Amino acid sequence: MFNLNKNKLITLLKVQYSNMLEYRVEIALWAISGIIPFFMLNIWTNNNLNESINLSNVMLSRYFLSAFFVRQFSVVWVVFTFEEDALLGKISPYLIQPLNPFFRYFAQHIAEQITRFPFALIIALIFFLINPESLWIPSLGLFLLSCLSTFFSFLIQFLIQSIIACFCFWTEKASSIERLLFIPTLFLSGLLAPVISFPEYVKSWIYITPFPYLIDFPANILSGNNTNIISGFFMQIFWISILFPIFKRTWSMGTKKYTAMGS
Amino acid sequence: MEENIIQVENLSKSFDISSKEPGLKGTLKHFFKREKKSIEVIKNINFGIKKGEIVGFLGANGAGKTTILKMLCGLIYPSQGKLSVAGNLPYKRRSNFLKNITLIMGQKQQLIWDLPPIESFYLNAAIYDIEKFEAKKRIKKLSDMLEIEKELYIPVRKLSLGQRMKSELLAALIHKPNILFLDEPTLGLDINAQRNLRKFLQIYNKETDATICLTSHYMKDITSLCKRVICIHEGCITYDGKLEKLLKKISPVKDILFICRTDKDAKELSNSGFIIKNKNQNEITITIKKEAIKSTLKMILNKFDIEDLYINEPPVDEIIGNILVKGKV
Repeated sequence: MFNLNKNKLITLLKVQYSNMLEYRVEIALWAISGIIPFFMLNIWTNNNLNESINLSNVMLSRYFLSAFFVRQFSVVWVVFTFEEDALLGKISPYLIQPLNPFFRYFAQHIAEQITRFPFALIIALIFFLINPESLWIPSLGLFLLSCLSTFFSFLIQFLIQSIIACFCFWTEKASSIERLLFIPTLFLSGLLAPVISFPEYVKSWIYITPFPYLIDFPANILSGNNTNIISGFFMQIFWISILFPIFKRTWSMGTKKYTAMGS
Repeated sequence: MEENIIQVENLSKSFDISSKEPGLKGTLKHFFKREKKSIEVIKNINFGIKKGEIVGFLGANGAGKTTILKMLCGLIYPSQGKLSVAGNLPYKRRSNFLKNITLIMGQKQQLIWDLPPIESFYLNAAIYDIEKFEAKKRIKKLSDMLEIEKELYIPVRKLSLGQRMKSELLAALIHKPNILFLDEPTLGLDINAQRNLRKFLQIYNKETDATICLTSHYMKDITSLCKRVICIHEGCITYDGKLEKLLKKISPVKDILFICRTDKDAKELSNSGFIIKNKNQNEITITIKKEAIKSTLKMILNKFDIEDLYINEPPVDEIIGNILVKGKV
């Protein structure tokens, strides 16, 4: 089903990176459009909301900057691209190649993240110029762990969207299902507020969903906030191992329904 | 006896299609209750294709030609029947099968739009597990054959349709497939580009003994490439055999152009009860049954003062066009 090897992966990444560089202005704008955590930081600090969760201004700034970084490297849009390609029959040539077409989309996402990196770095530098007290250098260990958890966060989101994308084989507008997930992702992932700030009864069930492991968990590791690293990674791996077979099954069933419309 | 590389037995394909009546009432009805119909687009067809054959699929729009190609290459699942391509069940899409085939659709592209074609070629080479050195050699050879060496480094979006189509062909052939499925490969190309593409396919078939299944609405593609044709009408095969035989079978007539020396002869000839296909001053084209040519010519040459004459086969486009309309052979 997958037939991926090192050579294919590297070539895919190289080609998709070259392709993404053609869109550098768009990607810079996308990077800038991801500054929602900074607005949230402003709201939190101006209203002294952080006092209620025993988090200093500095730690809160670091959290939201980390949330910005995690978001930059875990944004997923595969459902929209796949939907368009499936409806217009563009995936037909890719379906008869010995490589699952989702690897093309996967490589596009990774290539986009690499292209985003310098822009995200510039935004972070501006952030530190405005908030010099927030400047910190995480330990190498925490930095690597946060990179890994960000990648897992990306994988979880990529798998969720890929499963939804496969519904294109049954329904023409599968992306509308993704919209249903937008609200919980926005509120429960830690993008608008650290999950620690949620009421206890919400926290008691929120941690069994995949949402807090998308932004909150990696951002807490990077910013040096208290978090249970082992259970966080356990839950990320748990969700990946649940979602991956579901994706495989949906893909296998979906391709049997494919009618190659528009081609 | 040589075994078939493609074998199709009792193959059928149905699609579920929902229909909607026009107007607001129809829209509301459609919103609450979708009426779905199952339409059988391919009906119980049988055929076999031998290695190295070039077979043309003929039929009107919606006859089912492309659906057959899509099933043969494994893009869509058949609803019923047996299907074997190079010993594989195409819809399983096994890696060794996919490495053996290619599908080129005139209206679809796989090249990355913003990058030069060479990038897509190397990507395809990696996907098909071709080493870089070997890929370079193949790109060089195919780009020489297709005469697109200069275009390899120009972004796809800046290439003309013909250049793009040639690049698509190169991308689709880089893994040296043994079976080619070509769905209107010359669509939108100018006459020279069409001719070059046909020439290339002839050479490729000769050099590699590849099997080619082709659909095209340009009869020149069919007549210059295919010795055998399969006619499809409303999902059924109405003819499967040699193109030459088909033309003889469905067109047992010839057109003869007579140039009369005088107006009087021209007028008399046109009023002699023959089937007049065309009349232009002293030039009269008459359609005559093949078996009656000798006697009719003798009679006309004895009776009228004929300056010159030309015997022509009716144009293939015209004959095939008639089959497509009638659906019968």
